[in-house]
Amino acid sequence: MGTQLVLEKWPAAISTVIIGATKDEGGSRSNIVKIGGQTSLPLLFKEGDLPNKPKIAFEIWDIPPQDWQEELISAYGKAINDPFAWAEKCVNEFKAQLLCVKMQGAHPDSGNKTPQEAAKFISALLNKIKVPLIIIGSGDDTKDNLVMPVVSEAAKKERCSIGCAVQDNYKTLVASVLADGHSIIAESPIDINIAKQLNILISDMGLSLERIVINPTIGALGYGLEYAYSIMERARLAALSGDKTLACPFICFVGQEAWKTKEAKVSVEQGIAWEAITATSLIQSGADILVMRHPKAIQKVSNFIETLYQG
Amino acid sequence: MALSGLDIYKLLPKTNCRQCGFATCLAFAMQLAKKAVAIEKCPFISPEAKMILEAQAQPPIKPIILGNNKSNFEIGNETVMFRHEEKFRNPAGVGFIIDDNLSDAEIKARLKEINQLKFERVGQLLEVNLLALKQNKDAKRFLEATKLVLDNTPLPLMLISSELASLKQAAGIAKDRKPLLYCATKNNFAQIGSIAKEFGLPLVVSAPDFDSLSEITKELNALGVNNLILDTGKKSVTDKIWDLTQLRRQALKKSNRSLGYPGLVIVDKTDPYEEAMEATAYIAKYAGIVLIKGTASWEIISILTLRQNIYTDPQKPLQIESKLYPIGQVNPNSPVLITTNFSLSYFTVLGEVEASKIPAYILSVDTQGMSVLTAWAAEKFNAECITKSLGDHGVKNAIKHKNLIIPGYVAVISGELADKSGFQIIVGPKEAAGIPAFLKNLN
Repeated sequence: MGTQLVLEKWPAAISTVIIGATKDEGGSRSNIVKIGGQTSLPLLFKEGDLPNKPKIAFEIWDIPPQDWQEELISAYGKAINDPFAWAEKCVNEFKAQLLCVKMQGAHPDSGNKTPQEAAKFISALLNKIKVPLIIIGSGDDTKDNLVMPVVSEAAKKERCSIGCAVQDNYKTLVASVLADGHSIIAESPIDINIAKQLNILISDMGLSLERIVINPTIGALGYGLEYAYSIMERARLAALSGDKTLACPFICFVGQEAWKTKEAKVSVEQGIAWEAITATSLIQSGADILVMRHPKAIQKVSNFIETLYQG
Repeated sequence: MALSGLDIYKLLPKTNCRQCGFATCLAFAMQLAKKAVAIEKCPFISPEAKMILEAQAQPPIKPIILGNNKSNFEIGNETVMFRHEEKFRNPAGVGFIIDDNLSDAEIKARLKEINQLKFERVGQLLEVNLLALKQNKDAKRFLEATKLVLDNTPLPLMLISSELASLKQAAGIAKDRKPLLYCATKNNFAQIGSIAKEFGLPLVVSAPDFDSLSEITKELNALGVNNLILDTGKKSVTDKIWDLTQLRRQALKKSNRSLGYPGLVIVDKTDPYEEAMEATAYIAKYAGIVLIKGTASWEIISILTLRQNIYTDPQKPLQIESKLYPIGQVNPNSPVLITTNFSLSYFTVLGEVEASKIPAYILSVDTQGMSVLTAWAAEKFNAECITKSLGDHGVKNAIKHKNLIIPGYVAVISGELADKSGFQIIVGPKEAAGIPAFLKNLN
């Protein structure tokens, strides 16, 4: 007697989010990045569509990074001291298809750049590099509320993904993203209910659920990775079963978490492995964008994604 | 897929003979459903019914113990598809393949490296589990190498050979260590099954598809060989993940006995990063045993840490005893740092305090294993709880000064904590990584 396979059929799909707009669409990007669109659990190709591979975004800052590991800094060399050279190195040398720029320089403790300076930086960056952008605030709510609207406007029509909206500070960002044609990153503290609630609040303001990317907040390998892993699995199961408010792609900030750990500081190899395995494990729970730091870890994970998607 | 009391009742003689000690067959069936009584209590049960009920009582994925009573590990016995549904029970065994065509000295050196692969993380010991010796030459060399391995590692063994005579010889000398044999196929299952039976050894069954696997396991069961592990052979990573997922579904969702065994995967990569990424992918998705070649400590600690994460019980976060822990040569003037009893919080703080080389006390407040911010949000790490903990653990008696250092993330509780506890509150860094610099600048 033949073995009857147990096949799961899901009634719903994860929404597709596009980052970047080409000339035809009113932007100036050379390529676009598509994420989401799944009708199956991660890597189970036999049960549905997984039309878009997980994408890696290189994390860069608008200022030379302050507390990055020596190993990370030397991996980029002198370029890291000039944000534009850093961005160009990612694109030209490491073949980045997507950049995630953190506007750290606007933070009151990191230079306190004015909103106008920040906007000018983004305009110049968009001129110099042609890959799509993810733009993240400095994490200081008050300052971000001043900076991010002008940054968003400076990138109008470029269809960036902008973050992070949080439960008690989302309105300003949603209004800007809505006006300037971007998508939003909605951050929740490893909590599926808050993720859902925040998505509802955002969509109530008129930004459709198809323009939200969930940042579930992750822990690195050995530092609570499993919490995010399971939250993402639960959210993905709910979304595929029909919960539209959770049917958004995930973005995971892997680099910043992995390189904070004690283990990543033990040796170059261990640091790279720590970042790579944090990333690949999250791919299995549904990550769509991995924001990463070390070029070699990025290259390893990128090859692994190719292997996985060859079927 | 458990049978209900009524389902079981239908299989009983329905004579109400009372010989089982219950008034009716139905009452007996109800107790059987609760697994409160053994089926043997019924003297009139038919052999067919007995078989169904015994099968019912078994776990859907057979637990398999590898190794002997001195050194062993258990795999299988899993009950869920996703860890949030309950938990994953038996961490996947991580093993190493050694080829017998290496020289004796090379084999010894590899074993020495492997034996040292032990790591302590958040209060748990992370260890590798298995040593797989693979035959590449003649029977004589395989036997020599088997002896060498037996003498040079305490780890449970696996013997890989396609020559049954060699395998039998090696299994014979290793039998006290209960080696796992690799592997039964469509063509050799009867012969290899008899070796496994003779020495009472577990056996890997290998076939590329579920139908063949299922047929072979049934044949082996009929021969009395029941401790099996399944392998679907060399395939792409994605196909392996599909196979492992399907095997677990077959066991859990269809109670398919013939596929209700743990799975084994051999990773065949030379790049250690690729090997680690692939191995961890299988650990997350249901593998019972993962075999690799690389032995670099940085690679292995990455793999074992992922395994530790995935196999942590989601309902019971790792926690430590709530206590005032003296770190280093403390004296009554040493600083006191406050954190939670969530293992990760405590051990992260501990690591940084040790790194600072400044003796200090760490008070781990009982937050039921919640981390700092979660516990604060859940009112388990507020002024009241901390004050109680200070009293319970005699902090006032241990120190002469009146200062407490709290995590930067809960700076907001400073005022209330000062009022309630009578201590002066110093707000520490938000991240533990800031502790050494903070402690050095404290005075």
